[in-house]
Amino acid sequence: MSTPVTGLLVRAVGGPCLVQDAGRLGHAAIGVGVSGAADRASYALANRLLGNTVGAAVLEVTLGGLEVEATGVVWACVTGAPAPLEVDGRPEPTGAVLALRPGRRLRLGLPATGLRSYLAVRGGLDTPALLGSRSRDTLAGLGPEPVRAGDVLGVGHEVAGEILVDAVPPATYDDRPVLRVVRGPRADWVADADRLVERVWRVGSASDRVGLRLEGEPLTAVPTRGELPSEGALRGAIQVPPGGGPVVFGPDHPVTGGYPVVGVVVDADTDRLAQLRPGEQLRFRWA
Amino acid sequence: MRLLPYGDRALLVELDDTAAVVTVADLVRAHPAAATLVADVVPGARTVLVVARPGVTVDQLRAIVPAHKHRDRSDPGACEQGLSQRETVIPVVYDGPDLAVVAALTGLSEREVVAAHTGTPWRVAFGGFAPGFAYLVGGDPRLRVPRRDEPRTAVPAGAVGLAGEFSGVYPRPSPGGWQLIGRTDLPLWDLDRDPPALLTAGATVLFEEVR
Repeated sequence: MSTPVTGLLVRAVGGPCLVQDAGRLGHAAIGVGVSGAADRASYALANRLLGNTVGAAVLEVTLGGLEVEATGVVWACVTGAPAPLEVDGRPEPTGAVLALRPGRRLRLGLPATGLRSYLAVRGGLDTPALLGSRSRDTLAGLGPEPVRAGDVLGVGHEVAGEILVDAVPPATYDDRPVLRVVRGPRADWVADADRLVERVWRVGSASDRVGLRLEGEPLTAVPTRGELPSEGALRGAIQVPPGGGPVVFGPDHPVTGGYPVVGVVVDADTDRLAQLRPGEQLRFRWA
Repeated sequence: MRLLPYGDRALLVELDDTAAVVTVADLVRAHPAAATLVADVVPGARTVLVVARPGVTVDQLRAIVPAHKHRDRSDPGACEQGLSQRETVIPVVYDGPDLAVVAALTGLSEREVVAAHTGTPWRVAFGGFAPGFAYLVGGDPRLRVPRRDEPRTAVPAGAVGLAGEFSGVYPRPSPGGWQLIGRTDLPLWDLDRDPPALLTAGATVLFEEVR
């Protein structure tokens, strides 16, 4: 019998659970987008706490529901949405480095706030890389398949240094955040771009890693503008399709798009977007 | 040429035509400072999106965008300037379901459509619809046809289509609204190849009829 892989045996999965890392950079010309962790700061924090290399792969867990069993000694850490965390039924804090002995089970419940938690292991997850990244791009269908019960995720060797910090405070998320936005290159394709910052928006239920669909009083397209030739897109870009309901692009956005971009969320604020749940409200202000 | 800010980490360069897009995208990629300043260059139909690396400002990006002289859109040689050495020949069986429609729309016979499609080199302008899909420009202007009114829910991999000024080959099965004139067996997207995309930015493409 072969030696079992040191890693995580997935016992149960709740919401979408994806392998993510820092993304695939520089492949737009062949139609491949960046993808990568939706909340980059929480992702990077988990790797830093574990002494991992920048860019090591982690699990992006949506609304908890994940249960994994260590198949060797595994050092782990959860950041992002503060999901109730248990190891063999005993509560543990998020933001803390945990040692999982073989057979120990780590379980993530439903976070009270936020949407995405990041479960990292020391050494990173060792799934096959594609174009320099292990990220699952949900729109293009590239990278590791979504994680399912029964999967075994091996631990890699992406270690950069020692574990220096035991724990950081869990993340907290404010109600109705105000995100900074820069006027977009096609702001003049709607008659009322300022409505973006004047109204309260609600996150629609069809939102995902491709985009956050915002519900509220729609913007009004300038009728004489016609059709925009496809142009490059970026995470945080706010596109307005003909119906007037804005879509804020997430990490798996199409590489090029044909609807006018009326605003672009400031890069640093796009991590907060990634923690907004369907039904939550948000506002924008011009940067 | 216009430079439009695109948030706090990208710049959208607006140009007159797709030929200028190909040129400017090449020039930005080749700039000596590109490796340190630029995370990605995203060509579009009339624009080039230049994305900054973390910590690089939009003003720093402005400095490396080349001044591009206006070129007459009707200039037939525009696309042939700077033709790269990379030339890909794509063998096509011209039996697409929309070949007759394209003939009717263009006023050409089906044989003339095939002759026009194979008669002029095309060039990869930009991507974005799916991994490995390349929008090809610079072909015979008589082949400009609108998209189908009703997009197909399933277009097979290898289908060769036309839409507007573009031609393209579907890298994998997907929905699609282009007019399909033929098919190729050549894999456009192969994960065991490096790069997986057959057609990369700036490459020249020649279609060749096979029966």
